[in-house]
Amino acid sequence: MVGQMMTPSQRMIAAAAVAVLALAAPWLAYPVFLMTALCFALFACAFNLLLGYAGLMSFGHAMFFGMAGYFYGHVVKAWDMPPELGLLAGVAGAALLGLVTGALAIRRQGIYFAMITLAFAQMVYFFCIQAPFTHGEDGLQGIVRKPLLGGLIPTKDDRVLYYVVLAIFLFGYGAIYRFIHSPFGQVLKAIRDNEQRAQSLGYEADRYKLLAFVLSAALAGLAGATKAMVLQFATLTDVSAAMSGEVVLMALVGGLGTIIGPVIGAFIIITMQNYLAATGEFVLVIQGVIFVVIVMAFRKGVVGEFSEWWKARRSAPQARPTAAD
Amino acid sequence: MFELIGIPPQALFGQLLLGLINGAFYAMLSLGLAVIFGMLNVINFTHGAQYMMGAFAAWLLLGILDVPFWASLVLAPILVGLFGVVLERVMLKRIYHLDHLYGFLLTFGLALVIEGLFQWKWGSSGAPYPNPIPGGYNLGFMFMPTYRAFVVVAALVICLATWYGIERTKLGAYLRAATENPTLVRAFGINVPRLITLTYGLGVGLAALAGVLAAPIQQVSALMGTNLVLVVFAVVVIGGMGSIMGSIVTGFGLGLIEGLTKVFYPPASNTVIFVVMALVLLIKPAGLFGQTK
Repeated sequence: MVGQMMTPSQRMIAAAAVAVLALAAPWLAYPVFLMTALCFALFACAFNLLLGYAGLMSFGHAMFFGMAGYFYGHVVKAWDMPPELGLLAGVAGAALLGLVTGALAIRRQGIYFAMITLAFAQMVYFFCIQAPFTHGEDGLQGIVRKPLLGGLIPTKDDRVLYYVVLAIFLFGYGAIYRFIHSPFGQVLKAIRDNEQRAQSLGYEADRYKLLAFVLSAALAGLAGATKAMVLQFATLTDVSAAMSGEVVLMALVGGLGTIIGPVIGAFIIITMQNYLAATGEFVLVIQGVIFVVIVMAFRKGVVGEFSEWWKARRSAPQARPTAAD
Repeated sequence: MFELIGIPPQALFGQLLLGLINGAFYAMLSLGLAVIFGMLNVINFTHGAQYMMGAFAAWLLLGILDVPFWASLVLAPILVGLFGVVLERVMLKRIYHLDHLYGFLLTFGLALVIEGLFQWKWGSSGAPYPNPIPGGYNLGFMFMPTYRAFVVVAALVICLATWYGIERTKLGAYLRAATENPTLVRAFGINVPRLITLTYGLGVGLAALAGVLAAPIQQVSALMGTNLVLVVFAVVVIGGMGSIMGSIVTGFGLGLIEGLTKVFYPPASNTVIFVVMALVLLIKPAGLFGQTK
């Protein structure tokens, strides 16, 4: 990764710059856009935890993201509970859904796993069209923002809410970082690289995979519930197959298996959608083109390609003038 | 007897026929997916888009060149199949050495592009295609539209012909051999890359043929294949991709189950196939006709 190739002082400067940027961001850009992007960044990181570190490609992650939004909305609006409980309900609900679908999906490997998760997500989608509490095509509208921590944090102001969302994102991102760098993460990588070997060393591969799946689902749920809190609605779009594809695209654009890649990928895709929103179906066409171009030519994604370029530049500085022209 | 369970026979047989027709499409599409996967190791996510292209090809041929349905039944699959051949030559063949995942993502991206472009050009509301054989028979217990009966029979014939082509002909034998061991088959002087291209073209043509058959029943629209391909994925997981006959039986069977669900518990009719998939995963993870590799 890029971070490991920099000198300690360079790393400090980079970290400080990112921190300042993150804190000053709501004065530089539209806060609702930033919050949406952060939610998607967390969603993409959660997806990437599963694909990049457990080698399991879920093509149905929208079911966790979207359902958590509905759970949040139902708890906060219909049951009139505080938003913290809404977030908790979103995470717990997504984790539970992850436990059930994950236990079934990990019975098959490889491409079947992707197809099974996709099929379950489609089932959840059909369920959401019909279930009364999701309000079908209309979606769950007007989930009023309520103050957090019993009134201590007013969330009506977008800039205040931004810092809340930033904290939630950092919590999720930190959790993923801890998972990956823990013994659990090491075993997960071992299973990804060679399942039989890990099994022969006494690790129950299925249990680790299921745990990774549930964690990923729970974090995707956190992202979805937070998005519902920010935008004050939950709709069918967030449980659709297109959304499952979108999160794959974000991770792919940023770089699979890099911890920062999905964040960058999410910001790129959300920015693009923001500018292209007026062009209608062309958003999908362009997303499709990006899929094709990345699979054909840039499989490492932005972060992967950049760190490769950085490595080449550092290891052969004298060769650069000729290579540059 | 029917009055005892409170279901009028017209409704029951009507839904069963509808289920049989849906099953015919599941069977044709899952067959194409299985043939392509066997040879290319790629799950063809573009299958739904190519099915849609078949319907559109027939619709355009009729609208612009006045080509009748029966000619489109041959022409449209050839045109779309050729498009598939180009796709395979230009893109798919470059990613065979990679993980299956990339083929899935590439064809997913292609589906987005194709469906998006069709939606941009022709909108998403859909256009009707005139029924080539109007009318029907009164069977006493229900009314049977002629065209729908034709679709079921045609699908059966197409499926069985595909089965025969792969399991009983020389070309099919080459194909099966190349699936097992491409290097050895190449050593015998058979052009395996061309065989792969041909297979993809055939699989795509099969999807397009299903699309032409669907055109008079459904509206011809850009998104007609989007949700269908997801259901077909579940069908493929249930049946397993190991056996051609398995795909056919599973496709028709699931269509019937869906039809029955519409009669007895309508709210579950959209999800019943996914529930069956969950049950099959619990009991026989490799799929009903699949072998674990």
